[in-house]
Amino acid sequence: MPVSTANSQLIFDALKANGVRVMSALPETWLVHLIHLADDDPEVTLVRLAKEEEGVGISMGAHLAGVKSAMLMQNHGFLASINGIVSGAQLYRVPLVMLISDRGSFGERDPWQTEGGAVTESVLSALRIPMMRLENPARVAYQIRQAQTLAYSSNRPVALLLTRDLMWEES
Amino acid sequence: MTRLDALRAVYDRLEGSAVVTIMGAVAAELQSIGHRPNFFYLQHAMGLASSVGLGIALSKPDVPVVVFDGDGSVLMNLGGLSTLARYKPPNLLHVVFDNESLLSVGGFPTATGTCTRLAEVAAAAGVPRTACATTIDEFVKEFAAAQQARELTTLVAKVQAVGPAAFVTDLGLLENRFQFQRYLQTR
Repeated sequence: MPVSTANSQLIFDALKANGVRVMSALPETWLVHLIHLADDDPEVTLVRLAKEEEGVGISMGAHLAGVKSAMLMQNHGFLASINGIVSGAQLYRVPLVMLISDRGSFGERDPWQTEGGAVTESVLSALRIPMMRLENPARVAYQIRQAQTLAYSSNRPVALLLTRDLMWEES
Repeated sequence: MTRLDALRAVYDRLEGSAVVTIMGAVAAELQSIGHRPNFFYLQHAMGLASSVGLGIALSKPDVPVVVFDGDGSVLMNLGGLSTLARYKPPNLLHVVFDNESLLSVGGFPTATGTCTRLAEVAAAAGVPRTACATTIDEFVKEFAAAQQARELTTLVAKVQAVGPAAFVTDLGLLENRFQFQRYLQTR
């Protein structure tokens, strides 16, 4: 499976370096290494979800209890979480750091991913969620730090899109 | 049993616990008995009260957490029961007030009135302790036993489908949220 091990490690290390101690996740192909890294790290609590929206509640609870968290999900998981994001995190001004795999963009071979890919950025924009694309490994740590800083200063969700260029090593 | 009487009966037992409620009648009734800084009312995001409770319980393992959930909310996030069961935080007591209806939005019946038994659903999801109470005495006994047990418990309380006249209170959502966060900082 050509998911980038090195770039998954970069992302994980950056999250940990920024104090993230709870990661919620629902598996998807591009996230496999990240989820294993979280599972294997005794300092990180990995919460395996049945549905991504639960992760909003878990991150809200963790934040109120003083623990930094991050959410790992596919863009379809983001789409499945919207009510929780709006009427949980946004209504109550709780920061969320959402790492969203950007499936269904250029280069996508799986037909079932394509509709979600086409609407992800528009939906983020409609929800007024600040968003950055992670493409260049050299900038990943910096971008994750900047995203987390804004999430906590604004008390609002932010999104980092994990792109094909970063996550997939197949030409 | 009414939910208000059930809440009154365990109110004194909430001291020292982080309490998370669902929206609508549960939040309004608990506030009518008396708001405290350790109470957080999730006034929307139906289904996620148990997830918020799980997030707190995992982050503060020494703080007892009580979630006051409802049948409509649990049915919206049945998968959440399997997530609770998977992590089994021993400091989490998950109470479900089951009035077999969506009382706050017109009283339409939920599936718990005809076929779905939530205590059994929770047990089958893997929640290690479950109970169902139909009287105040049973409820108080089971609530106290669950607090004593230090093991994840889902306690279903069958209550009448009656609630307060109004749901909006004078406690601002954000005021409540920041006050609750400050409370947790002291724990």
